[in-house]
Amino acid sequence: MGAKFGMWLFLFTEVLLFGGMFLLYSVFRSRFPLDFHKGAEELNLTLGTVNTVVLLTSSLSMAVAITAMQKGAARLSLCMQGTTVVLAGAFLVNKYFEWTAKISHGIYPGSEHMANLPHGEILFYSLYYVMTGLHGLHVIIGLIVIVFMMRFTLNGAVNQGDYIKLENSGLYWHLVDLVWIYLFPLFYLIT
Amino acid sequence: MTSKGHIVGYGLFISVWACLLVLTGITIWVAGLHLGNFSTFAAMLIATLKASLVLWFFMHLKYEPPVFKVMALATIATLTVIVLMTFTDIWFR
Repeated sequence: MGAKFGMWLFLFTEVLLFGGMFLLYSVFRSRFPLDFHKGAEELNLTLGTVNTVVLLTSSLSMAVAITAMQKGAARLSLCMQGTTVVLAGAFLVNKYFEWTAKISHGIYPGSEHMANLPHGEILFYSLYYVMTGLHGLHVIIGLIVIVFMMRFTLNGAVNQGDYIKLENSGLYWHLVDLVWIYLFPLFYLIT
Repeated sequence: MTSKGHIVGYGLFISVWACLLVLTGITIWVAGLHLGNFSTFAAMLIATLKASLVLWFFMHLKYEPPVFKVMALATIATLTVIVLMTFTDIWFR
């Protein structure tokens, strides 16, 4: 109970961290609506949608992993944790292709091409890199944490009677999903 | 420490997941309708609906003691106040 309480407190600070960035985004978007619209049209909606489905599914597998552990099905729980790790990896691979495509078009912070774009588009792409970058960092951390949970499941440190570590990792993973739920429409679906 | 929590069935999680996918489809469809200002409102409404589903079921908030729910609301309220104060400044400067 105490451990979970602490985890939730930490997650609330994370919400405010991302919240600050979303606030910055909305202020600049209200100031440069057309530039943000143009920037969003350049983003790959297909990759964004695929990544949304990947993350939502990884949240499902993580939730199922906890139920399985509660029911004493450690083997199934391990499989579901593994599925979550694979999906997290798939998300990162997609993100890699998305970013490299943008970078090869000369769109990255500090590039000459970007410096010549209208002011609002510079802000849009800068926020795109910072916000999806910080989110991606969370995906990487979550992936590593879940790999540790698989190890703990294998050696019995996480078991049917004591699975709070797995539960807290799950909470962290769902937060990553929560942030993406807002990033997706704000960056890929502006019309 | 032993954790004795409420056990949520697989079926409920799969239903929640299906709802999340349907809502993702709806938000893409609505964005394609070009509804102007309403577009952003609809996107945020659907995103909040999705976030609530994740919080309530996947994150087990539904089965936690009231103090967790109160803390979650306090966080959302804090963020809302910050956003409102900022935009009051931006709009009426």
